[in-house]
Amino acid sequence: MFAYIVRRVAAGMVMILAMSLVTMLLFFASPADPARYTCGKNCTPQLLEQNRKALGYDQPVLSYWVDFTKGIFVGSEFPKDPALKKSAPETIADCPAPCLGYSPQSSRPVRDIIVEKLPVSASLAIAAFIMWMIAGVGLGIVAALRKGSIVDRAIVGSALVFYAFPTFFIGLGLYVFLALKWGIVPVPAYTSIADGGVGLWLQGLFLPALTLALVYIAGYIRLTRAFVLEVKGEDYLRTAQAKGLTSGRILFKHTLRGALTPIATVAGLDLGGLLGGTIITEQVFNYDGLGRTAVMAATTYDLPVTVGIVLVAATFVITANIVVDVLYAVIDPRVKYS
Amino acid sequence: MSTWVPTEGTSDALLSVRDLKVTFPTEDGLVKAVNGLTFDLNAGETLGIVGESGSGKSVTSQAIMGLHRGTRAKVEGSIDFDGKNLLKLEDEELRVMRGRDIAMIFQDPLSALHPYYTVGNQIIEAYKVHHGSASKAAVRAHVIDMLERVGIPNPQKRIDQYPHEFSGGMRQRAMIAMALVNSPRLVIADEPTTALDVTVQAQILDLLIDLQKDINAAIIIITHDLGVVAEMADKIMVMYGGKAVEGGTADQTFYSPEHPYTWGLLQSMPRIDRERLDRLRPIPGNPPSLISPPSGCAFHTRCAYRDDENLGCSTIVPEFDVQDWHPVRCLIPAPKRKAIFDTEIRTPSS
Repeated sequence: MFAYIVRRVAAGMVMILAMSLVTMLLFFASPADPARYTCGKNCTPQLLEQNRKALGYDQPVLSYWVDFTKGIFVGSEFPKDPALKKSAPETIADCPAPCLGYSPQSSRPVRDIIVEKLPVSASLAIAAFIMWMIAGVGLGIVAALRKGSIVDRAIVGSALVFYAFPTFFIGLGLYVFLALKWGIVPVPAYTSIADGGVGLWLQGLFLPALTLALVYIAGYIRLTRAFVLEVKGEDYLRTAQAKGLTSGRILFKHTLRGALTPIATVAGLDLGGLLGGTIITEQVFNYDGLGRTAVMAATTYDLPVTVGIVLVAATFVITANIVVDVLYAVIDPRVKYS
Repeated sequence: MSTWVPTEGTSDALLSVRDLKVTFPTEDGLVKAVNGLTFDLNAGETLGIVGESGSGKSVTSQAIMGLHRGTRAKVEGSIDFDGKNLLKLEDEELRVMRGRDIAMIFQDPLSALHPYYTVGNQIIEAYKVHHGSASKAAVRAHVIDMLERVGIPNPQKRIDQYPHEFSGGMRQRAMIAMALVNSPRLVIADEPTTALDVTVQAQILDLLIDLQKDINAAIIIITHDLGVVAEMADKIMVMYGGKAVEGGTADQTFYSPEHPYTWGLLQSMPRIDRERLDRLRPIPGNPPSLISPPSGCAFHTRCAYRDDENLGCSTIVPEFDVQDWHPVRCLIPAPKRKAIFDTEIRTPSS
């Protein structure tokens, strides 16, 4: 088991580095000149060239990548060009390990940006995750147990409505009606726990998390319903019934244990995917998280920030994958890794 | 041992089934899975129910366990167990009897055991649900003892293993331990050996017989294989299309059967105690539709001895013809049935 985890982590790291290279390749293959975006209105050819050298955009992509990877482990310094460092020592910015690069557009190390934005996206993802897991799995179980009834159809049908509408529509709808028109919930604005305490933090999270949760709920209701129904047809449930167990025990010990295992897998992957930022929800609610920052970085050709966020998001997905696989072996005694 | 005579009215048997009907509504119409079944079973007796797929054997066993409750199936007639009509009991009353008084052994022990719990956990659960006050250590000791009795070696270790760590035969032994852990008075074994290797089948059957003696339980053994019940059943009921077509002692059914369907079952079975036939003789055709069963005798469409003109096989529904406590649901007169069996079935022309 331990050897398996080590192997998976090593493979995950290789994958992350490969992804950073692919992101850079795409970036360097673009017809636009990334250095131009760092130069501003009063750009001169000299300044452009200086910026290009400072950011290392003059190097071939492979050596840029090697340099970047080295920075993750031993840290780095900007500007990159040794001549430039000598001529303008006042511009030198230190970037200690793990260095994810330096953003020329915002004049900060990428790591600082990520450390600032990550809590926003992570709060949103986790709050939404808790909401949709409780509601989605709960309603899915109810729908399965009342299969074919009005309750079942109402649950599946209304979930489908939220699934069918685009996220920005649901988000804006909730925003306008719940927050602005009816004033049921406060207008959402992200407040970190450090700034406003847990109360304000949760208040600010409620609407965006609800939006995100509503989008995911439909899938989880249907998934839970399908898995519960599948397990209900299993022979071992008939055995449980034949033993004389109460219906409550049959449901909680025998049915759910079998049905929720595959849901844990999907849930882990979904959460991992969301931790790296949500683009639309953050945009709608003006949340300054990783998703919005990534879009901004991509549109302004801010390569270091783009690569940084891609790597963080990829790390979450890969970690979630490993965690889910390991969890599987814990939940299902038939699964053994060696 | 009582003779196998389906009688109307009450009886003092442990299990007394009267005119049992189980129907399932489907889109194509009403499926009459069991269509008027009557039999008695005394304590300590073994009844074999034999028939091909769709004859209603498993549906009957599930009706006795009350497993059709909460489904769309409709169960009519009466199932008296120990003087109480199981069909009239409240859900909770029946639940308490399940596993405690009536236990079931299923066909495929791999799918019938929960893959996520240890074998011990599942057997302990089966015991604790009916013995809530027993101490943990005592229950565990009892279950280990039970595993030992069903012939599982090293039960102290095996009790904490999962079903997938058991072999097929061991799994079925564990399943039997689970069914017998509460010393039930009736055990229903639904194809208990079908999923097992032939070499293991006999062991499991022997085990069942031994344990039956210990706790004096009645056993209903359901199978499509006459060979399985020939040795261990006291009486055999052959089912076809949701009805019993022949019943009797194991000897009667096996050595002097009188229903053409039973003949067919025997002839389609490989036998090593007989002269080698050129090939097995399968019963032609398919099991009858349970939605619109054939008119008259349900078997007449596949029967080699049908005689529509003189006997009316395709129009008259045969009632049981009881000769020497050997009921047969066939329109062919008894002397002729015996003659056919003696000349054509017992000594097949080769």
